[in-house]
Amino acid sequence: MAKYKMHLLVCGGTGCRASASDSIIEKLKSEITAKGLQDEVQVIMTGCFGFCEKGPIVKVLPDNTFYTQVKPEDAAEIVAEHVIKGRKVQRLLYVDPKNQEHISDSKHMGFYRKQIRIALRNCGFINPENIDEAIAREAYQALGKVLGEYTPAATIDIIKKSGLRGRGGGGFPTGLKWEIASKNKADQKYVVCNADEGDPGAFMDRSVLEGDPHTVLEAMAICGYCIGATQGLIYIRAEYPLAIKRLKIAIEQAHEYGLLGKNIMGSGFDFDITLRYGAGAFVCGEETALIHSMEGLRGEPTNKPPFPAESGYLNKPTNVNNVETFASVPVIILKGADWFSSIGTEKSKGTKVFALAGKINNVGLIEVPMGTTLREVVFEIGGGIKNGKKFKAVQTGGPSGGCLTEKHLDTPIDFDNLIAVGSMMGSGGMIVMDEDDCMVSVAKFFLDFTVEESCGKCAPCRIGNKRLYELLDKITKGEGTMEDLDRLQNLCKVVKDTALCGLGQTSPNPILSTMDNFYNEYLAHVNDKKCPAGQCKSLMQYVIDPEACVGCTACARNCPVNAISGERKKPHLIDTAICIKCGACIEKCKFNAISIK
Amino acid sequence: MAKIKSLDDLRKMKDNLQSKINLREKGEDPSSHVQIKVAMATCGIASGAKTVMEFMMEELEKRGIDSVITQTGCMGYCYAEPTIEVTMPGKEPVVFGYVDTKKADEIIEKYIKNNELVDGIIPMNYETIDKK
Repeated sequence: MAKYKMHLLVCGGTGCRASASDSIIEKLKSEITAKGLQDEVQVIMTGCFGFCEKGPIVKVLPDNTFYTQVKPEDAAEIVAEHVIKGRKVQRLLYVDPKNQEHISDSKHMGFYRKQIRIALRNCGFINPENIDEAIAREAYQALGKVLGEYTPAATIDIIKKSGLRGRGGGGFPTGLKWEIASKNKADQKYVVCNADEGDPGAFMDRSVLEGDPHTVLEAMAICGYCIGATQGLIYIRAEYPLAIKRLKIAIEQAHEYGLLGKNIMGSGFDFDITLRYGAGAFVCGEETALIHSMEGLRGEPTNKPPFPAESGYLNKPTNVNNVETFASVPVIILKGADWFSSIGTEKSKGTKVFALAGKINNVGLIEVPMGTTLREVVFEIGGGIKNGKKFKAVQTGGPSGGCLTEKHLDTPIDFDNLIAVGSMMGSGGMIVMDEDDCMVSVAKFFLDFTVEESCGKCAPCRIGNKRLYELLDKITKGEGTMEDLDRLQNLCKVVKDTALCGLGQTSPNPILSTMDNFYNEYLAHVNDKKCPAGQCKSLMQYVIDPEACVGCTACARNCPVNAISGERKKPHLIDTAICIKCGACIEKCKFNAISIK
Repeated sequence: MAKIKSLDDLRKMKDNLQSKINLREKGEDPSSHVQIKVAMATCGIASGAKTVMEFMMEELEKRGIDSVITQTGCMGYCYAEPTIEVTMPGKEPVVFGYVDTKKADEIIEKYIKNNELVDGIIPMNYETIDKK
């Protein structure tokens, strides 16, 4: 039998696969075989490491070396230098942006130092397509323990005591949700896993499903035992083909081992899980809309009550939880409610996974204790703002959330604090913005998204959001008036108060919070007809400084619409009526004579 | 494939499978285990470092000592190959020279188990960059 001395873990998450991690695995394997080391060195594909910015990632164990941005061509060097000679390949190590030092151990990297990984504990560590590796990491032990040692009520008690709250956005206490579903009597109940992750820039659920599918299956079975359901359904968007593939493999393997199906581990408890594919509509992340979509109806929400816990899928009591929530459950059962509740803040326990995106150095997936400040997330883990620019805001909670600004940097992040400052946790997407981002345009971007995603059932959302979008569009074009600002604010409140479901009730949040925090920017657009960030094309003018222009004609030759005129060796002029503000002239000018005003 | 019929079955299975990922789990936290580096450059391998490494891996596991064994490049003591560096948790690394399987056995029994020094220690004659 092979006796491995070394493991090479290669990230098989969607991000790294897009950068050819598949062929890195192939190359590593063939190099290792060519050198006759196939019985000593094992190459394993894992789930996401979270450090997507620097992907593809290759981690070498046991010496814990973390290689970043590996290319298939590098495989030969890694094998020849590191595997055979034991010399780390310096140029592939992570370089600390602060002091330019090469760091080989991921624990010393700012990105990983502050993180505690609960939901992501196995991502980037096990091969998600191999149940044996999951079992070696205690998968299904919590299920076995619950089935053998605890009553459903006692299990629910543990979850309640742990303080776990729904990670999908609402933050509803998970234990309470289970308790309500367990008390409703019916011949059949359902457990649903909401994997319809739709916030722009959020991908934590996908990574959990791709990196550690068994933890979600196990938690669903635990939930089924607690509420008295024998059937589980995972509602997953069809845009996640890799997650679907790995879930299918995981379900099949769990069946082979008797960890799903009839009489699980001899307990007499039956539980089975099937997949349902969503078409990627944002509103289907709302639980009633999700249930309708699973029933084959239009993905439209309905009024609550009745809550799904009373009447959900096929009118039976149904418990819906999000992927990340489920991923925390087995650890809580094994390590205890007290352990979990010792992490985090008073009302938000445990950890939260965030997807960092936007103008930040370390784009990727992180998991931190609740109560970590925004400053720690952005500047320590995230490595600060790209290109040394100034931090402006972070959008949390996607299109339902708001922005947090410099004054919120030291606010501990948890469910309640975020709501108190006018944003929300949401599913955990964090879009970081710098000084070059126009906040009116940001609000417009999110409204564009909600208009697109509104299901159209209720008037406030269908019509109200469209009108909000039009007002924002008018402002970014420099045609807005002070009355428009008032109208914008009023309409926001109306939509918020009257829309049917969470999507409509929260869609004005990006506007309200940018107006709260950046009212001056709105005023500048309306009164001065200027966009301070220089993003709104209609409000910009390209101007040539006659002093700096030497008349080289480079700009005129490259202007696609011939808006620039002037004689050779004499200052040129841009005709603003023709200019389409494409920026080609600025790029071509070697004398920095062209600027945006 | 055999079905898992009880929690005990599952636990047994976990223990059996544990060895598959042991290497990774220890690698995540090497400082709490005995760390052994075997010099495996040309000089080391030619003098039999490979045999020593395999011997140590097998024996340490058999004797139930949690350890992380890695290979490294030439330490510069080519005259004394094979050389190994042993770091006990919380202690300075110690380098042993002329290590064959017999010597390796002695190192495990005396130094690793009883913290007793054995002949053949090569004094560290340099400072590392970290300490400067």
